[in-house]
Amino acid sequence: MTEKTQSTHQDAEVHVVKPPVYLAIFFALLVLTALTTGISFIDLGVFNAVIALAIACLKASLVVLFFMHIHYSSRLLKLTVAAGLFTFMLLISLTMTDYISRAWGMF
Amino acid sequence: MSTIVSLPDQSTAKLPAKSYLNQEYGLKSWLLTGDHKRIAMLYLFSITFFFVIGGVLAGLIRLELLTPPADLMATDTYNKVFSMHGIIMIFLFLVPSVPATIGNFLIPLMVGARDLAFPKINLLSWYLYMGGGLLVLATMVLGGVDTGWTFTTPLSTHYLNTHVVTAAMGIFLAGFSSIFTGLNFIVTIHRMRCPGMTWFRLPLFVWGHYATSIIMILGTPVLAITLVLVALERTMNIGVFDPSKGGDPLLFQHLFWFYSHPAVYIMILPGMAVISEVISTFSRKRVFGYTAVAFSSVAIAVFGFLVWEHHMFIMGVSQYSALVFSLLTMLVAVPSAIKIFNWSMTLYKGSITFETPMLYAFGFIGLFTIGGLTGIFLATLGMDVHLTETYFIVAHFHFVMVGGMLMAYLAGVHFWWPKMTGRMYPEAISKTAAVITFIGFIVTFFPQFILGYLGMPRRYAAYPADFQVLNVFSTAGASILGIGYLLPMLYLPWSLKYGEIAGDNPWQATGLEWQIQSPPLTENFSEIPIMDHEAYDYEWLANKTHHEVQTVG
Ligand code: HEM
Ligand SMILES: [Cu+2]
Repeated sequence: MTEKTQSTHQDAEVHVVKPPVYLAIFFALLVLTALTTGISFIDLGVFNAVIALAIACLKASLVVLFFMHIHYSSRLLKLTVAAGLFTFMLLISLTMTDYISRAWGMF
Repeated sequence: MSTIVSLPDQSTAKLPAKSYLNQEYGLKSWLLTGDHKRIAMLYLFSITFFFVIGGVLAGLIRLELLTPPADLMATDTYNKVFSMHGIIMIFLFLVPSVPATIGNFLIPLMVGARDLAFPKINLLSWYLYMGGGLLVLATMVLGGVDTGWTFTTPLSTHYLNTHVVTAAMGIFLAGFSSIFTGLNFIVTIHRMRCPGMTWFRLPLFVWGHYATSIIMILGTPVLAITLVLVALERTMNIGVFDPSKGGDPLLFQHLFWFYSHPAVYIMILPGMAVISEVISTFSRKRVFGYTAVAFSSVAIAVFGFLVWEHHMFIMGVSQYSALVFSLLTMLVAVPSAIKIFNWSMTLYKGSITFETPMLYAFGFIGLFTIGGLTGIFLATLGMDVHLTETYFIVAHFHFVMVGGMLMAYLAGVHFWWPKMTGRMYPEAISKTAAVITFIGFIVTFFPQFILGYLGMPRRYAAYPADFQVLNVFSTAGASILGIGYLLPMLYLPWSLKYGEIAGDNPWQATGLEWQIQSPPLTENFSEIPIMDHEAYDYEWLANKTHHEVQTVG
């Protein structure tokens, strides 16, 4: 846990994030949005989707970590977020077992 | 027959002067309440309302199927009737049934807290539920929807002109209400346990609801976004599910069942949670293998996320993937079996009595076992080709959902009714109702296994004349079942005024909720309790009663 948490009660902890941090993150999000838009004019073949998704993930992480304060939160809350990501990973990977092998032995 | 029911002397007994029911009066005091017990009551009313509508629709289905030709209604009306029946029963009755009513009422009482962690979110969840319910009613009034409760693409996106979007938005809202309920439970169970209430002293009811809440929070958002995608596909042709635009209709199935299989556990875990309490109380024994039962709930919640493709075996998914999912499905039946075995072991050498909740609980155990085992049939790849989309499936899920969850819900309502209202219902009638429900259920749904095995498909208004005898059985059974459900709707309200005064602990049960007055105070406990014994400790209860008698007398 970070040094700045003044906890009377573990979850009621208030961590005051300074406006410059918010501004920096906001700015970073804007830059990344511009980047996504810009890069969509260049054809990178299979990497079109890969890059777009990578940037989107980075942006989502910034929002979760700073705007939603997970970076400053207790381990229990971090674990909660991890549980969500884990479930999402199950959704993607087990669905992929179908898509990857659907055509096996058919052609 | 022996009984453990001990009611106070009726000539002197009175309801407590102050309770959550008479703290405040007037409609506003209910509609703006933050009290988890009052919100539970709001939910109880609303889900009963939707259960009645869903039940009438079920009656229409059975009437149509009384005779082989489609003669009672047009075939597309029939499609609408069974779709609305499924949507209402699943999303507006079964999902909130036990958690939002009994769970809402009891979780704070059982962990020794004054309310849930977020009372306002709890109230908001009821309003979202009502919003969802109204949208579903609107769908029905406007002319209905005929996709089935599964919203199968491309049928739902390209081929129908019924009210798919309205219905989907209704379910979307109801989904958020269940997310909020789950959130509230998880935070309450983590943060608000009273001193001494360690995780392994929690009643198994709480463990069951903890597991359910995990599924509600992690699964429901996927359903929400899937329905939004269906709506966008319908209105704006975005093409995620449309092969002509590079989409894949099977992707919808993956997303939908990623929620809807875990959701069947939302619809059974809280029922199992009720059964643990009832079985223990009426056999006067600690639940056998407490830890195993507790962890089997969590195991069901986690492994329930790994099996969804068993709903898609014949839809053209990869055969290799299907193999894996078939195996995983069989594994997920193990924790359910653990529970059944442990309840049976609890009964073994217990001093069993047959009060109403216990009768329903016995019904649950028998019917859920049949339902679960036929699930294994369906999980077997070869069998599934023959049985899928027939009445065999219909029988399977009605055994687990109606024979399982609905029985458990009624067990729970009868078990905690004296706590919720302070009054007892007439036991002779309620026992009769329990038996009628069981008989009606078997007569209705057992023939459907045979019908399905013989090849009668589900979701058709007409069928070959050969199948009529079994269908007549099923419709006749449905009328018996209807009486079984009607009775509680009559005698429970009756008991509110005329029932005997129940006293604090009519069943001699050990839970914290039974050690306070019935109906409880708005703040539940005048002093936060200290938990100094294990759950289901009947010796502790006996000692406590003994001391009370000595100090008072
Ligand atoms: C205990 C182990 C269980 C197993 C192994 C199991 C297995 C299955 C399988 C393989 C199917 C798909 C059949 C097909 O589409 O061909 C199925 C359908 C279904 N099951 Fe189960 N099941 C189990 C428990 C439950 C429970 C507890 C519930 C609900 C409370 C439930 C509700 C349903 C529903 C609603 C469907 C049909 C969905 C539809 O197509 O409309 N099942 N089950
Ligand atoms: Cu399933």
